[in-house]
Amino acid sequence: MRRPFDYIIEKLVFFSGVASILFVILIFVFLLKEGLSLFGEVSIQSFLFNVNWFPISDPPQFGIVPLLLGSLFVTLGAIVIAVPMGLAAAIYISEFAPRWFANILKTGIELLAAIPSIVLGFIGIVTLAPFLKTVFRLPSGLTALAGSIMLAFMAMPTIVSIIEDAIVSNPKSYKEGSLALGATRWQTVYRVTIPAASSGILAAIMLGIGRVIGETMAVLMITGNAAVIPTSFLQPVRTLTATIAAEMGEAVAGSGHYYSLFAIGIILFIISFIINLLADLFLHRSRKGKRKR
Amino acid sequence: MSIIETNKLNLWYGTFQALIDVNLAVAQNKITALIGPSGCGKSTLLRVFNRMNDLIEGVRLAGSVKVRGAEILGDGTDLIALRKKVGMVFQRPNPFPLSIYENVVYALRIHGIRDKQKLDAAAEKALSSVLLWDELKDNLGANALTLSLEQQQRLCIARLLAVTPEVVLMDEPCSTLDPLATMRIEELMIELKKRYSIVIVTHNMQQAARISDDCGYMLLGELVELGETKRIFTAPRDQRTEDYITGRFG
Ligand SMILES: Nc1ncnc2c1ncn2[C@@H]1O[C@H](COP(=O)(O)OP(=O)(O)OP(=O)(O)O)[C@@H](O)[C@H]1O
Ligand SMILES: [Mg+2]
Repeated sequence: MRRPFDYIIEKLVFFSGVASILFVILIFVFLLKEGLSLFGEVSIQSFLFNVNWFPISDPPQFGIVPLLLGSLFVTLGAIVIAVPMGLAAAIYISEFAPRWFANILKTGIELLAAIPSIVLGFIGIVTLAPFLKTVFRLPSGLTALAGSIMLAFMAMPTIVSIIEDAIVSNPKSYKEGSLALGATRWQTVYRVTIPAASSGILAAIMLGIGRVIGETMAVLMITGNAAVIPTSFLQPVRTLTATIAAEMGEAVAGSGHYYSLFAIGIILFIISFIINLLADLFLHRSRKGKRKR
Repeated sequence: MSIIETNKLNLWYGTFQALIDVNLAVAQNKITALIGPSGCGKSTLLRVFNRMNDLIEGVRLAGSVKVRGAEILGDGTDLIALRKKVGMVFQRPNPFPLSIYENVVYALRIHGIRDKQKLDAAAEKALSSVLLWDELKDNLGANALTLSLEQQQRLCIARLLAVTPEVVLMDEPCSTLDPLATMRIEELMIELKKRYSIVIVTHNMQQAARISDDCGYMLLGELVELGETKRIFTAPRDQRTEDYITGRFG
């Protein structure tokens, strides 16, 4: 009696497993088909290197340079803010904070991860943007900097928890060895703990970038949405993701504009893929290095 | 003259008493071995001498421990100075995941020495004294974790000698090594006692008999007997010591 039941369950589990791969392939094929259709109309070079994104002027121009730079600015800014803060927080939590306080901090950071990005974007608009506007005397506070700061908050939980993991999984003998040689706790942290956790830290940075570059809602709301080439963090920018979100609704299906948004999707896909690959590589190396001890 | 002296030393992990009224003297330029069954408190006692037990929560100490006549228990002790003076080699070799060179000069760097020439000289001297210099001098940039276990343990000893401690504490330093490597480390220890005082914890009675000058037998947190190694092994005064070394127990 159990045989056919087992058989069915087995097949079901198998198909669920295969389905995940299948969906990825289908999505990728769809994305490729729609995105590559653009290149009958526009050359790849002009898509990648044209500095104008004028999708609805006549003739339209589909140059993603300003969007790429927009994403780059916002991501770079966010990482520059989030990595030092995240590293410091992870070190404090794992090495210095009393246990009860470390637990409170960890819970707080998890809660930060639970805030929907649209809420962060909303809070950014009503608090951060006006603040930046007065501090830097800008016509508008909706800038690359505002986006970077908000995204830094979003990347922090990922960065802190992965770095904390890497530090906690360092062999205790490193720390003991260093302290036994007369090092202070702080010397131990920056001379042994951080170098020993470096692969984990790199992985954290990569996953942080991945989190930031794929984010849409908050950046759409808070970066000012101007598809121009940014020269400073105090200018409005438009990211790749925000462009898709903002223009998908109005693009006519089958038009160059419509295909160009899919082509942007391909670019995002490639970027995410590379970043995830690197993160995996570092995580793997970090675990392997530790197992040897 | 004794370089370490404890007087009525007691230690508790929470409510568990791990050391009971230990009175011990470690002689200068000698090797003092601590033997005893598993869990009797050998490592605990060793870790008192450089205050490594401070890292463990809930440890409480009473009594007195003097290093060169100066009390080291109590809050006022300068732990950095103490650990420079009283170094430790661990059971599992624990080189840092840095280059060989950086491992050796690690302690010098943290104690503020920047001069490259001084560091190089100290590295050569320390590696030479553990007989690693000729083997590794062309390869100092390699990651220390790529060395063999014996080399790693030697490196850990070199790392310690670079700060010229007075006492070297060793907690079963050969337990992860093969017999040949063990023999060579033992030779090294006998060489080192000319310049350092050594306290070694070992599970291996033959090892204690081979290399130590003095030997202490511990049981259930007590130091049962301490004396010249030859005497301990031929004419123990305490019945419990005799039972242990004749193999009737442990
Ligand atoms: N951190 C700790 N917390 C509580 N009890 C501990 C702790 N460390 C050691 N003990 C206990 O103290 C006693 C002495 O331990 P210690 O490690 O000093 O023994 P040892 O003689 O070195 O044993 P071994 O030969 O197995 O290394 C043991 O009963 C052990 O269970
Ligand atoms: Mg032990």
